[in-house]
Amino acid sequence: ISFCLHNMNEAKTEGKSELIPSIKFRHSCLLRNQRCIAAYLYDRLLRIRALRWEYGSVLPTTIRFHMCAEEMEWFNQYKKSLATYMRSIGGEEGLDITQDMKPPKSLYIQVRCLKDHGEFEIDDGTVILLKKNSQHFLPRWKCEQLIRQGVLEHVIS
Amino acid sequence: MDSQSYKPVPPGIGMEENMFSLDDILLEKSSETRDIPEGTKMEMPLWLAKGLYERKRRVLSMELPKVYREGWRTVFGADPIVVDLHKMGPYYYGLGSQMLHFDSPENPEIANTILQTFICRFRRTMDSSQNAYNEDTSALVERLDCLERSLFKAGQSGLNSFQLWEKGRSSHLTASSLVINYRKRKITDLQA
Repeated sequence: ISFCLHNMNEAKTEGKSELIPSIKFRHSCLLRNQRCIAAYLYDRLLRIRALRWEYGSVLPTTIRFHMCAEEMEWFNQYKKSLATYMRSIGGEEGLDITQDMKPPKSLYIQVRCLKDHGEFEIDDGTVILLKKNSQHFLPRWKCEQLIRQGVLEHVIS
Repeated sequence: MDSQSYKPVPPGIGMEENMFSLDDILLEKSSETRDIPEGTKMEMPLWLAKGLYERKRRVLSMELPKVYREGWRTVFGADPIVVDLHKMGPYYYGLGSQMLHFDSPENPEIANTILQTFICRFRRTMDSSQNAYNEDTSALVERLDCLERSLFKAGQSGLNSFQLWEKGRSSHLTASSLVINYRKRKITDLQA
């Protein structure tokens, strides 16, 4: 903006005030381009931020492939801020607010595997094989993320 | 169900714009005709017209789009509900608000028409969004402008959430819609 004003003042003092519309024209174009780029990049950030909540703290390679280094850096910083905040609430262990985003009704839920996901260890040490179409009765909090990621499906009777 | 984690920047209110709002950016793409003192009439995108316009200097004057002129204003006064605002817009309210920046003597009438039109139509939009459950809504949204469509969508989202709760399914965990969309795109990328 200051460059534009500088040009306009110059044009006035040199008696070329008919140039002023041209200066304003160029300036409008530059501002327009800047606005479009900024809005596009900002929208990308909004989506990247949403992924932390909807997908998890580790993004799949396909998405990382489409992110530039600065966006990756931003995501890591956001993750850190969120983690710091979560540690500061809910007493000593902190509180994971990315869990239980829907009100839980029971500790265990029935899930069906939508795709092969390999081995999965639950708290008592047992290992479950998540094979496509297999069904399991598992602790809700362990499954939540996998359901959001589309690996498991919450089955309700 | 819509992803709740991604909330795009909403459009500005009234004559204000939101710098990062994609809706505001898109509505400014619309072209208008104007007269330059030399008498040349040309089409120009709104953002350029706003940048060049100066009340004192009279660089350019703006010809109001038909929809905001007296003829159409009378139609809106009579019965705003039947008008196809999508065809007339699709950013009827947004563009109309931006038109007010050009100091037309008709500004008070324009502003009033836009406001009254919104008030009349809003009730219908709200009612239909709350009563259309699990059905094809394309006929309902066909004649709505973009602002009304986003209101309709918000109403539907609320209705759907409420119905899920009534059925006792609010605790049903689902896959994230963002994730599903990105998966779909991956497949089309591979096919391209």
